[in-house]
Order: sequence, then C-alpha cells, then structure tokens
Amino acid sequence: MAGKPKLHYFNGRGRMESIRWLLAAAGVEFEEKFIETREDWDRIRKDGSLMYQQVPMVEIDGMKLVQTRAIINYIANKHNLYGKDMKERALIDMYVEGVADLNEMTIVFPVHPPGVKETKLSEIKDKAKNRYFPAFEKVLKSHGQDYLVGNKLSKADILLVELLYNVEELDPSAIASFPQLQALKTRISNLPTVKKFLQPGSQRKPPTDEKTIEEAKKMFM
Amino acid sequence: MAGKPKLHYFNGRGRMESIRWLLAAAGVEFEEKFIETREDWDRIRKDGSLMYQQVPMVEIDGMKLVQTRAIINYIANKHNLYGKDMKERALIDMYVEGVADLNEMTIVFPVHPPGVKETKLSEIKDKAKNRYFPAFEKVLKSHGQDYLVGNKLSKADILLVELLYNVEELDPSAIASFPQLQALKTRISNLPTVKKFLQPGSQRNPPDDEKCREEAKIIFH
Repeated sequence: MAGKPKLHYFNGRGRMESIRWLLAAAGVEFEEKFIETREDWDRIRKDGSLMYQQVPMVEIDGMKLVQTRAIINYIANKHNLYGKDMKERALIDMYVEGVADLNEMTIVFPVHPPGVKETKLSEIKDKAKNRYFPAFEKVLKSHGQDYLVGNKLSKADILLVELLYNVEELDPSAIASFPQLQALKTRISNLPTVKKFLQPGSQRKPPTDEKTIEEAKKMFM
Repeated sequence: MAGKPKLHYFNGRGRMESIRWLLAAAGVEFEEKFIETREDWDRIRKDGSLMYQQVPMVEIDGMKLVQTRAIINYIANKHNLYGKDMKERALIDMYVEGVADLNEMTIVFPVHPPGVKETKLSEIKDKAKNRYFPAFEKVLKSHGQDYLVGNKLSKADILLVELLYNVEELDPSAIASFPQLQALKTRISNLPTVKKFLQPGSQRNPPDDEKCREEAKIIFH
C-alpha cells in the first residue's frame, strides 16, 4: 500500500477541513505538511505537485490530487461512503452540494473585513434557517432513518454534521428548531471515529481567526 | 422507463448548458420547460420541486435532481462517462473541477456591468492561458491518447471542449498555442452526437447576452 494520505495545506481549516473530517470519520490516519512560509508556498507551486497551482492537495495511493470535490469523492468511493448505486449517489451528491454552498460561506467568512462580516453573518443565518436546514430536516423526517441516504453512513452525513458545527460556532441557536438535525449531529458525533476527532489533540483545526488570516494573506495573495 | 429527462431552467445557457452538452454528447434526447415569467418562477419554487429553491433542476428516472454537479455526475454514471474505476474517477473529477472553475467565470461574465466586464475578461484570458489550458495540454501530451482519461470518452472531455468553445467566444485566439487542445476539440466536435448538437436547430443555446442578464436577475439571485 502507498502509506498514509498526506495533506498539503496551511495550518488552518479553509478548504481542507472537510477532507480532514471525512478521513477521520472513515478511520483513516493521515499526515499533514503545512505550508507556513512564502518559501514553502513558492516551492510547492514550482515543483509541479499542484495541477492548478492551488491547494488543497492530497497525496494518496500514488496520486497527487487537487480540487476539494475530487479528493472528497475519491475518499468516499474508497471507504464506501457514497451509497450503493447510481441513484443513491445522485441523492448524496445533491445533499453534499447544498452543504457545500452553505459551507462555502462559513469558509470565506473569516476573510471579510469587519464591516462586511455583519452582513455576511446575517446571510449565513438566513440561508441556514430558511433554505438549507429545512431541506435536510425534511429529508430525515421523510424516511425517519438514521442516515440521510440508504440507511447507511455516507459523505452526506459527515459533511452535513461538519456544517452544523461550523454554523453553530457563528450562531449557537442555529439548529434549535431542527430536531432531526440535532439527532443526526448527536448520532454522528458519537461514532467512535468522529468522537475521537472531536476531542482535543486530534487533527481537527480550531476556527480561523484574524491572526491566521493575516499570515495566510502574506502567502496566498 | 421513465421517459426523456426534462430540464427546468430559463431559456439561456447559464448553469444548465453543461448538462445539455453532456446529455447531447451521450445521445440522450431531452425535453425542456423554460421558466419565462415571474409567475413561472414563483410557481416552481412553491410546488416543492426544488430542494433549495434553485435551478437547474432535471427530472430524470423518477428523481427531481438539483445542483449541477449532482445532475452531471448522475448522467455521467448512467452513460459510462465516468471512467472504469476509482482512480480514473478521481482524475476525471480533478479535471472537471478545474474546467468548472474557469467555466464559472464565463457563466457569470454576461451578468457584470460594462465597466467590470473588461477586468473580468482579462482575468478569464489570463487564467485560461496561464493556469488551466497549460494543465490540460500537459495531460494530453503526457499520454498522447485521444481522451483525457483511460483512452475513453468521459465527462472530462465533453466539458473541457464546451469550455474551449466558451472561451473562444470571448477570445478567438484562446487555444492558438495549445495544439493538443485544438486536436481534442476537433475530435470531440466530430463525434456524431456532438456534431449534431453543434449544428443550428439543436438545443444548444446561443451566448447569454444583456437581455439574459435582466431575465437572469429574476432567477439567479
């Protein structure tokens, strides 16, 4: 086997965090190489590792994969987190894409200047409460099963629960009126692999703060 | 069988055009129901068809799928346009995600006000010439095969060729220095299904223009 997957990113959540969640939930140990200086960033872009000169990049099974969705889909495929047939895959993708649209807002949120942040926070709260959370609540209510699709854990459950944690950090009462989502969050959080990931000392990254943004700006412009 | 897929969108390219390309290339006949008035738009959002109150939406095989990637992946899976194994899928996804990043810029381009358009056009040309086209040229050159992955047609080839047409409409010399891309474009364009789609009278849409911009504002919010 090719050894543990190796994640290349800066030392923060950004677009790599969903990949960390998925690997952790799947029980896959992984290594991380952090891009910490301008030199690190110049070097990795020049050595041909990055197809589009962008990270995330994950070295896995002999490949240097970039593009968050390509990485996530490969991990989901490999670890049976993508449903059992084409139609289940379609539902899983439909749910994950909605999760990604809202999660995108939480990913870029720390980068906004203070004046803009208030507006963006309102947008996140509004979209969560009125568009996305009701949609997922409805799915869970419609079948009453423990997982979003096919009565089996998939990338949709893991990435939705990650999203719930992310939104709650910005709005603690975000899922107060969504009992199905609360129950899903509890169930997924209690899976042994996820429980471990949620404990201090894991590779889960803290919320991105102002200081991290300033450092990242130096590198990523 | 469930009949032909039915596409719900406004009468323009937007985010539905990639789906039209894929279905057409796969030789799948499809119907379209256009959202043309505010009443159409209000109705479709109220009848529960749209998981996130957004289009594209495609009725296919008993499902009402939303989210462009979910729809594209289902079609690719169903019509053997997604490689033969997990690793080929990963490469195909990696390429398609890069295509999507640049294509996104061409999709939103008509919506910008005139002053902003010049800047955005420069960005598109720059990213095409310096980031994306060299990456795909390199892939084709590396194996010398007729298709991007696994010596077989996949969604990657179809969506990349759509992108080439889109960029050339904004910059006619866009692939002048990329011989592999030119050859791929020619080969894919000569596939009987694609050739038919490229002819007048097909369901391919003309470029989105200012008129679309006003209509789109109703829908794209």
